[in-house]
Amino acid sequence: MSDATSSGPMLAADGTPLKTSLARSLRMRKLRALMLIAPLLLFVLITFIAPILQMLLRSVENQIVSDTLPETVVALEQWDATTGDIPGEFAFEAIYLDLAIAVEQKLHTRLGSRLNYEETGMASLFRKSGRRIGRFDTDVYTDQFTDLNAAWEDPETWYEIFGDERNVAELPLVGRSWQRWAALFEAEGETVGKRDLEDFLFAALHYETRQDRYITSENPLLLQAMRAQSETPFETSRLIPQFEDADEDWLDHAVWQTIKTYSPRYTSGYFLNAIDMEKSPEGAVAKPENLQIYIKLFWRTLFMSLVITGSCILLGYPVAWILANLPSRSANLLLILVLLPFWTSLLVRTSAWKVMLQDQGVINNVLVWIGLVAENDRLALINNQTGTIIAMTHILLPFMILPLYSVMKTISPSYLRAAKSLGATNWTAFWRVYFPQSVPGIGAGSILVFILAIGYYITPEIVGGTSGIFISNRIAYHISSSLNWGLAAALGAILLVLVLGLYWCYDKIVGIDNVKLGG
Amino acid sequence: MADTGRSDAFVEFERVQKSYDGENLVVKDLNLSMPKGEFLTMLGPSGSGKTTCLMMLAGFETATHGDIRLDGTSINNIPPHKRGIGMVFQNYALFPHMTVAENLSFPLEVRKMGKSEREAKVNRALEMVQMGAFGGRRPAQLSGGQQQRIALARALVFEAELVLMDEPLGALDKQLREHMQFEIKRIADNLGITVVYVTHDQTEALTMSDRVAVFNDGVIQQLAPPDTLYEAPENSFVAQFIGENNTLEGVVTEMMGDACVVRLDDGSELDATPINVSKVGERTRVSIRPERVEFNKERLSPDAHTLKAQVMEFIYMGDIFRTRLKVAGNDEFIIKTRNAPDQVRLEPGSEIEIGWLARDCRALDAS
Ligand SMILES: Nc1ncnc2c1ncn2[C@@H]1O[C@H](COP(=O)(O)OP(=O)(O)OP(=O)(O)O)[C@@H](O)[C@H]1O
Ligand SMILES: [Mg+2]
Repeated sequence: MSDATSSGPMLAADGTPLKTSLARSLRMRKLRALMLIAPLLLFVLITFIAPILQMLLRSVENQIVSDTLPETVVALEQWDATTGDIPGEFAFEAIYLDLAIAVEQKLHTRLGSRLNYEETGMASLFRKSGRRIGRFDTDVYTDQFTDLNAAWEDPETWYEIFGDERNVAELPLVGRSWQRWAALFEAEGETVGKRDLEDFLFAALHYETRQDRYITSENPLLLQAMRAQSETPFETSRLIPQFEDADEDWLDHAVWQTIKTYSPRYTSGYFLNAIDMEKSPEGAVAKPENLQIYIKLFWRTLFMSLVITGSCILLGYPVAWILANLPSRSANLLLILVLLPFWTSLLVRTSAWKVMLQDQGVINNVLVWIGLVAENDRLALINNQTGTIIAMTHILLPFMILPLYSVMKTISPSYLRAAKSLGATNWTAFWRVYFPQSVPGIGAGSILVFILAIGYYITPEIVGGTSGIFISNRIAYHISSSLNWGLAAALGAILLVLVLGLYWCYDKIVGIDNVKLGG
Repeated sequence: MADTGRSDAFVEFERVQKSYDGENLVVKDLNLSMPKGEFLTMLGPSGSGKTTCLMMLAGFETATHGDIRLDGTSINNIPPHKRGIGMVFQNYALFPHMTVAENLSFPLEVRKMGKSEREAKVNRALEMVQMGAFGGRRPAQLSGGQQQRIALARALVFEAELVLMDEPLGALDKQLREHMQFEIKRIADNLGITVVYVTHDQTEALTMSDRVAVFNDGVIQQLAPPDTLYEAPENSFVAQFIGENNTLEGVVTEMMGDACVVRLDDGSELDATPINVSKVGERTRVSIRPERVEFNKERLSPDAHTLKAQVMEFIYMGDIFRTRLKVAGNDEFIIKTRNAPDQVRLEPGSEIEIGWLARDCRALDAS
């Protein structure tokens, strides 16, 4: 419609252009409607969208490395991993401090398991080193500092020096270590009090006061310590041999490589892992052939979901047709039979299939009895893809039948009659007239079945064996067994994108308004 | 062809019966014979079996008993798609997923006709119903009247000689209905097709048909051209069903060949033509069309019986006046007079005398 009359735009009674006042009144109405549904909308947002976003976030989140090993992350910035050499003593000093605090916080095992996803052996490395780190002979530093001045033994001294942010800025390593250590107690509402100061604090103090460097601080203790060390260097305790002693993997380049690779706060590592790739100094590369599982699993999930959807269409279409064409009393009875599976537990149905399909199960027995299959050549129907497809087709069939039925119910029989009166045979009438009108039902059913199938988990787990499991079984494994939630989240996110992508394709090819659930 | 007596019959029902449930006969002993090119209407109240007859003819229902012949051959065992009968359904049944042109070319496609020939025929059919510009639209994008035309064109496009229409105008408003009645009649006449038309609108039946079959209760009550049906109904059902009608009940007191005297229940007597009464003493229901009642003595034959009547109500309807009278205890007695310059307007409450020609007053069965 155009309002292009010679007198310009139409005006409402109060003189504003009609379009503006129409838009305003519509906006008011929409706003009021929105307010009505706002509580529900919020509820949905919070309980539905938020977890998905959180999951997506989890698939890239990687704070644990930089939170637990902050000094190491800083130190490794100066290390060039491509040379093939492990970093020098400086990195061991940093990780010694980090680990000492992590052990106090009991975080080192968690970090170990996180890094273990990327490099096997990391978990035990951190666990072992955590046990040994208290016994490192870094007490030489403690003795030397307290010999120099007994005041170092008193936590008050530390409070005084490192309570001053200027000193922390100038001696960051020891300053930050002290603060993190002290924070451990403060978090529990106490202060360090008269507690024994740990050796690693003195080690840190040594690392930063050993070279002569200019500091603005006038603190006599610090100045004294620096002067003393520039005159006669302290006896030192080399860390590399001690770490090697704890676990010789510390001399493995890959360990350091992994820590450095995963030090950023956000990582693409989980996603790379989910598509069978890994990080390397040269960027992302494919994993060795024998470790590639996920891509194959994604393909299998897609393929099997399609097969299941297809067999649901094949089996569901005739059933829906019969349902739609029976007198309503018998149709209702049949509908109850279709819905009956919903009344029994999914687990029971799946287990029933296990009984039916096994080697010595009903189906094989019958086939052998008829003579279709030889006794020693029984069909492998379970713990493989066949089993998953059979059981899932059965379980998802109602989701195909119901939308098909409700769409077919609306197709008037007069169309078929009309087609026949126009000269079409039964088959032509069905194929050219009835079938196209039932396509929206097939579409709706297929989307339902396919989306349910692609995320299915229990049935493949029970009847799928190893060759019949889906990607969701891997996700479940990472959530509940390996506790690699990041990878689970990445796999889930890929699955989500995949489904949305397919949905988009479907919309482009078939058109989403071509989907009817009834009416 | 040999088994039929009348060689000019194109469509024939012979002793056809139909029952859906094995208990009730929906169609009882139907006999009907139509020559080629006839426009026959089945008229009757709802549930009288019209659609059932049509469906049997089209092949979607099988007759429980009897024979249906098309052009001399029995079609009882021919499947619907081989009968070559065009059909317009009550709800049009245009295929919603096809465009108008595709709908029309469907019957041609299943007859394996070439593309160019198909297009030519589709265009011709669309032109015929004056819908040439609508070939690319979907049925849902058409108005009711337009859909109706397309349904008609689709039934005609494959050149069926027999076209069945089941209340094709049922969903249209009055004006469009009248227009389409005219269109359908014109097209049918031009093409010379045979049409079986179902309706329960009597005006439609009267204006369009060559002959009308009035159905009631599974039986054809009367099969006759429209004027005969209106002026000479054969029983009181037809008299009541077609047009407006006044009835008075009474007993036959005298039979004189083609005339009789009926004494009404209040004692007054009147002249009538006996239609389906045969002997004195029989109860009867006499029927008089409202426009055949006369109250102007000059126009009545002098020896006719007259009745006293009381004017109850005068209704001005523009072209006619409609006056409700009380006659012999029946206060629903209607008379219609033309709005002519010299016409009398009857005053409610006044007493008048009415009468009619004996041949306009038909003594029918009392049922
Ligand atoms: N498929 C069926 N099964 C059982 N009974 C039926 C069936 N179709 C029609 N009937 C019955 O047969 C009788 C005649 O029906 P029919 O449809 O022929 O009436 P009609 O004259 O076309 O009525 P209308 O003017 O309402 O269309 C009705 O009593 C109806 O209930
Ligand atoms: Mg009907």
